[in-house]
Formats: sequence, C-alpha cells, structure tokens
Amino acid sequence: MSATFVGMPPFPAAAREKLADAQLRRNLAHATSTIRARRAALVAEVEASVDGGWEALRVAGAEAKDTALRSLDRQLLRLEETLTANGATVHWARDAAQANAIVAALVRAHGADEVIKVKSMVTQEIGLNEALAAEGIAAWETDLAELIVQLGDDLPSHILVPAIHRNRAEIREIFLRAMGEVGRGAPADLTDAPAVLAAAAREHLREKFLRARVGVSGANFAVAETGTLVVVESEGNGRMCLTLPEVLISVVGIEKVVATWDDLDPLLRLLPRSSTGERMNPYTSMWSGVTPGDGPREVHVVLLDNGRTRALADEVGRQALRCIRCSACLNVCPVYERTGGHAYGSVYPGPIGAILNPLLRGVGHSDQIDALPYASTLCGACFEACPVRIDIPRILVDQRAKIVDAHRGGLPTPEAVAMRTAATGLGSARRLAGGERFTRLGLWFARRVGAPAWTSARDLPPAPAESFRRWWKRTDGGRR
Amino acid sequence: MFGRRRTAQTDEHGQTEADGLEPAVNAREQILADIRTALSGGSGPAGSAPAVSGPAPAPGTAAPSSPASGGPAFSSASRPVARRHTVDDLIALFAERVADYRATVTHSPTASLSDAVAAALPAGASVIVAADLTVAVPGALVDDGTSGAADLDRIDAVVTGARVAIAETGTLVLDHGPGQGRRAITLVPDRHICIVRADQIVADVPDALAQLAPSVRAGRPLTWISGPSATSDIELSRVEGVHGPRTLIVIIAT
Ligand code: SF4
Repeated sequence: MSATFVGMPPFPAAAREKLADAQLRRNLAHATSTIRARRAALVAEVEASVDGGWEALRVAGAEAKDTALRSLDRQLLRLEETLTANGATVHWARDAAQANAIVAALVRAHGADEVIKVKSMVTQEIGLNEALAAEGIAAWETDLAELIVQLGDDLPSHILVPAIHRNRAEIREIFLRAMGEVGRGAPADLTDAPAVLAAAAREHLREKFLRARVGVSGANFAVAETGTLVVVESEGNGRMCLTLPEVLISVVGIEKVVATWDDLDPLLRLLPRSSTGERMNPYTSMWSGVTPGDGPREVHVVLLDNGRTRALADEVGRQALRCIRCSACLNVCPVYERTGGHAYGSVYPGPIGAILNPLLRGVGHSDQIDALPYASTLCGACFEACPVRIDIPRILVDQRAKIVDAHRGGLPTPEAVAMRTAATGLGSARRLAGGERFTRLGLWFARRVGAPAWTSARDLPPAPAESFRRWWKRTDGGRR
Repeated sequence: MFGRRRTAQTDEHGQTEADGLEPAVNAREQILADIRTALSGGSGPAGSAPAVSGPAPAPGTAAPSSPASGGPAFSSASRPVARRHTVDDLIALFAERVADYRATVTHSPTASLSDAVAAALPAGASVIVAADLTVAVPGALVDDGTSGAADLDRIDAVVTGARVAIAETGTLVLDHGPGQGRRAITLVPDRHICIVRADQIVADVPDALAQLAPSVRAGRPLTWISGPSATSDIELSRVEGVHGPRTLIVIIAT
C-alpha cells in the first residue's frame, strides 16, 4: 500500500483512485467496523463457554483442513466414490475453460437457456456467468448483494458483502433502472428503506426461482466420508437454488474437501462467527447426492483445480488452501478498509486475495498479480483474525521474495536492492516513516537516471505527492 | 487456457468430455497426479505437506512470527467442547437464542400442541403439513409430493417437526424425515411453524453433528435454520425475510 514498494503499479494506481472516493471509504469503514465489533463479542462468548476458548477452535479448524490437504488425492477419490454412490455425477476440471464447458454442456443437454445461481466465489473466479452468456445462457444471481452488483453492471468488492460499496440511495436507483429490463420491475414507489429494497428483490427473484430448471452453486465444504456438500447462507436464495430446480450443478474447488463428518464441527462454529458475526448463519443446506422425492432429480459436482495444485506445491503458501472465505481478514485490514475490494482487481480481495491470486496463478508474468503481495503493511491483524490460522504475513513476504526472484536474471536488480531496503525499513515504524520519504527520492532518481531492465518490465508509478503515513496522519486514517 | 472456447458433450452416462482436447477422464488423472507431485515435492517430510497449525502466538506478538511446523496433532476426540449444561439450562438458552434472531418462541405441553399450532396460525391461513406429522392441524393440506413450487407459493404456512435443536446457536435442524416433509414445503410458504421436543435440544454444534450422523449416512438432506431468512446486504442493516419464510415460530413441547 504505502509508496515504500516501488514498481508495483496496478494496486497503488487503483488504490489511489479508490482512496479519492470518500463515499466508498465511509461505507467500508462503517461496514468493517460493524462486523468487527460483532465478531469480537462472539469470540469473547466462546472464550467463556468452550474449553480452550477461541484459540482451541482455531487450531481444530486448521487441523481439519490440513488433514484433508495432506491426503488430498485420497480424499477426492473418496468423495468421488461416495457422491457417485449417492446418485451424483462427478466431473473434473483442470481449469476455468474446462469447468465452464462442462456446466454449459449440462445446461444445454437439458434444453435450458437460464440458470439460477447462489453466490459462489469459485464461479466468479472462473467467469462462469460470462462463459454461459457466450453460449446464450442467462445466469441469474440471486443473492441480494450479487443482484445489486449484477443489475448495477458492477464488480463485487467484498467476499461477504459484495455490494458494500453501494449505499441505499444508489441501490434504489439501480433497482428502479435495471430490474424491469430482466424481469419483474421494481414498484414505482420504491423507497430506500432496506426492508423495502429487500422486499422488491424478493418479488423480482421469486418468479425466477419458481420457473428455473437448473440451479448452479458452489460449496463451502464437501465431506469425503459421506458424499455431502454444504452451503452456508443467509437469505434463503441458496435453499431455493439447491431445492427447486430439477438439475443442480455445483462447482467445487478441490480444497473444499474435508475428510469426515466430524471435521465439520470446528468449521461450522468458526465460519459464521468470523464472517457475519453471528453464532450461526440463518440457513445451512447439506445434501448427499440425490434424494428421491425431495429436491433435484439430477445432481452434478464439478471438482475444479484451476491453480490449486500449484498453490499446494508451495510449501509456505499451501496453508492458504485452508481458507474458508469468511472475510474476517478483510474486515481487520487497514489497507482494505481504505481502498475497498476493487483495487485488488480480483474476485479474492483483501489480505487473502493478496496471497491467493499469486499462489493460484503464479508470479512473474503479470504486473497486476505481482503487485498484490505488496498491498499490505504486514501489521499481522489478518493472521490474528483468521479462523483457520493462515499466516498471511509470512506468505506475503515469501511471495515478495518469489516475485523478486522471478524478475531477477541471475543478478540482483535495483528492484531487489530496493526490496531488501524496504524489508529493513519495515523493521521499525520510525525507519518506515523515513523509508517512505526515501522512496519518493528513489523514484525520482530512478526516473531521472533510469533503471532500464526494471522499467522495461514495469510501469514506473509517479511518486505520490503524499506518503501513506503522512496521508494517514493528516486524515486520521481516512476518517477526516 | 483462459478464454479458449470449447464445446463439450454429455454422453449417456452424464460424463462430460471437452471436445477433442483434454477429455474429462484425463483431467481427473492429471489433477490427481499434480496433487501427488505437489505433496511429495520439497524438503519437508513426505505427506506432512501443509503447514500445520502451530502453537498460539504469545499475546501481543504480531503475526509475522510464523507458526512453527509440526504442531500438535489433534484428533476429533480432542476437539474443544462446550462446558456442561443442565437440561433446564438448555431449554432456556435455546429459547433465548432463537428469540435473539427475532423468531417467536412459545412453550406448550405435548398434549395441547394442536392448540398451540392453531394459535400460531392467522385466521383463514392455508396450511400444508407432512403426511406423518403427529400433531393434528385441522384443515391442513397433507403433502403428497405433487404440489409444485408455484402451488406451494400460494400456501400461507407450513407446520413441521425437527430432528435436533442447538441451544448455543438457537438452531433448528431438519433431516426431512418423519413429520418434517420434503425440503420445498418448509421453504416456499412464508410462515414456518416448527415444533421441537425439549429432549431434542442439545448443547452445541458437536452434539448436533453426532445426532445427525445417522441421517447423513442414510443419505438424507439437512436444513439448518437459525431464525427467519435475513440479509444485511444493504448498509449492514439486518432485514428479516428475503427469500425463505419471513416468519418463524418455534414451539417447544415439554
Ligand atoms: S484467509 Fe482466513 S480470515 Fe481470510 S477469508 Fe480466508 S479463512 Fe477468512
């Protein structure tokens, strides 16, 4: 985030633009502080009521995920076996193109031209909606926030509250303008009261739920032992998508597998408290293949790699595959709170996005990805918040080293030297303050004198007129 | 691979093949091979690959102190559990936590459940129940599995039992077995009246999972319900009732 890290244009440039948006910053500050407070109260409650307290739950959650990751090949084979025995059909996809092709073929095979979707990060990751649109298949997002994002022709900015960057007046505008174009329009007397807006969404989506023949979901967990998929949600749109259509297709990242039914225990206690700050989310659906006379008659599961085996091969970074997408790390991140999710340029924003994107896609080939591990002050708040104890700061530092290596042609480059200087500078807050000013100088110097090998690979960003720390001090961390 | 357009076909077994290029069966073998390579690579002991959660950082220590590898091994037996409750505690705690979600909680002796249900229904409401519900609901439609979603959308309320209830989190879990009906009947109507026997209430999630294991092994779907449908997507204001039933009434039978 701070100008300390030179030569990382995309995040800094995008962040600067977002920092100028005072409305966005207010929405984010309100949202993240609200969720943080709720979560803190529940963590305190667990401290008092559970042996070993919150930390014991975190350790158990991390261990449940690690157990599956350590034997991932065996767990996936077991999952395939149990799902198949339960009447589901299992497909495997190495990448986004394969997964999208599988889903599109299944939808077409049933003669459908639309699907209803429950919020799923993995289908965003693979660009499923766009791929289906290219095949003439409409994909309707049914989560309220996703609906706001889709109708607003917008991008999600938070894992859990994707429309966190929109306030109620903007949402009313979007509903009035766009709902009628794709189905039942919003009532003309729509106000901006949240309950009224939610009621409009209920009416708008209900006609789609009642007629849909194909549903598409992700899964929060997949239990190898029992062949059970789990979707955790709030609004009931997930239950609609998982229950009413004749055909259900779930795209599941291979890291979602847990070995046993009992492994769900710590995870189901950690996830809602860490994400929405609730003891339990309103609805959790679990299904094990096809149940005769109840729900979809055909159940498909697409097991997706798309970079996960690459991440698994990274000995430091593989722990990121424990992530249960709770978004607690976003809500405590000082950088995220001020820039919002869009600046990360990915469906996975915030601290987890800063490590997951380079781990899934590799470093050294995209300036956009290579910039992400620098979108952090290494303050450590994300690790403290993470319910499955992912050591995000350690992975960030490790990824930075790998990025430097990827760009070094055998010799230390000016960039590597700068990185080492930066690493030293991070050692103390006072040195950091000095380092920022030094960076302005360094950038000016680099531009004047030139660092050819480096600038040919990178866009040299203009040095910000104000350093991060000075900006922070002047604005009280963006609050003024 | 991104952006490469491909067509795919589904054969009679429902297996999909990406046209010409890598067939799905190869995707499976390749993913499994990539996993084995990833897990065997590197200097760490084979099979112990993912960084294992280490000891807790001392309070006040910032995170970059990396968790040491090779932390303690935990079996499910050593999972953290809730401290013990008495039965009266559990009923009171469950009632309090359900009410926290702005659901309505009432208590009724088992003998007069019919009256308690009638009191929870607005006059003239149309009602659906599962065929094997043991509580009499006069005038209710008994579900025979033929009503489609659009039919259910015209029904005002549903009355069911539950499989287990969780005090700590105020959660009802349906396994859609006897008295609970198929999933759609508790989803589409706008009012859900759920009857829980006091002896079905357990302390916390691990106890519930233990009770539910036989249902899952029998292939039953489960629906966990904690209060009425809700969203906080608009400026984080909690709004009850988006797509699921907007009114949830829990009757605790004692
Ligand atoms: S990294 Fe941890 S805190 Fe962040 S989303 Fe994943 S599980 Fe949650």
